Amino acid sequence: MLKGILALLIFQGIGEFIVYLGDMPIPGPVIGMVLLFLTLQARGKKIPESLKVSSRLIIDYLYLLLIPTCVGCFFLVQNHFNQWIYIVASIFVSTLATIALGGLLMKYTLTRHELRSRIKK
Amino acid sequence: MEMLKLFILLVLTPLAFGLVTWLSSPYQKNSLYQLMSNPLILSTLLISGFLIFLGIDYQQYKFANKPFFFLLDTAIVTLAVPLYQQFFNFKQISKPLLITLIFSAFFASISALGFLFILGSETNNLISLAPKSVTTPIALRISEKIGGDPSMTTGIVVLTGMIGALFGPIIFKKLNIFDDRVKGFILGISAHGIGAAKAFKISQKCGAFATLGLSLTGILTALILPYIIIFIF
Repeated sequence: MLKGILALLIFQGIGEFIVYLGDMPIPGPVIGMVLLFLTLQARGKKIPESLKVSSRLIIDYLYLLLIPTCVGCFFLVQNHFNQWIYIVASIFVSTLATIALGGLLMKYTLTRHELRSRIKK
Repeated sequence: MEMLKLFILLVLTPLAFGLVTWLSSPYQKNSLYQLMSNPLILSTLLISGFLIFLGIDYQQYKFANKPFFFLLDTAIVTLAVPLYQQFFNFKQISKPLLITLIFSAFFASISALGFLFILGSETNNLISLAPKSVTTPIALRISEKIGGDPSMTTGIVVLTGMIGALFGPIIFKKLNIFDDRVKGFILGISAHGIGAAKAFKISQKCGAFATLGLSLTGILTALILPYIIIFIF
């Protein structure tokens, strides 16, 4: 497991370094993720057990890692409450609408796509 | 004394999370309780209340919790693993995925802008709202680029994620959407990292599709949104 975490940190570092050199609008960890994905693709074999275990562990605790960010959001909204009422309202409506419409669209296109590929077979 | 304070603020985060998870675990079956007992929201409220009660500044809490921000970056790198494991499933249905992605990513941004415009808000607020469905680190850079207020954008993005992760599952139930692939992809598109965290609680497959959704939305919006903003304003 230590090996897996070390590998993740190395890719994180490489990502940050590339962004630092190239002055890019994409964040370092995202570059690191893409590089790790490409490396796994290039290896083509099964994922090493240590990486599997450590990634499972980190993903299981995503909520915990997100808490400090959410606390920051709470304070921001609390400090500018008057301005935020409108913003919160529009985020609320638009997010729910996006989930509903996007969900229906994907359900529809997915069903059609899978029916078609079944007919072709 | 200062060291002790930082240490307490750091330990506060896992402590609150552990307490909330332990207290809410018997209620995870019922959907109404599930909505109210989301560990992320409850821990956030608990810690915020604690900080306000003791009069501690958020900046201090943020400084003490640097390790969590660092690990969150590591978590982003980690998402390559489920992405790789589910890659075969993505390729099979690439066309429906692409159609959904393009529609939802645009709709998320445009609908929020439109609604806020109808309510009558300043242009500056509108611009900060535009990248709302993009994962925080990418949204920050987009916001800077198009002349929004980065700290406001962070708040908007996180709030979008919390709303999406909370109400998404209820909407799926109402619309009879049971496919983990649809749930995950939509949660990733509309609620980015927080949506993905929720999706991983549903299943590994759901989480992998959320990861795909959030990465693609981030990249698509980063490439296109700056030009749309220039065109509108």
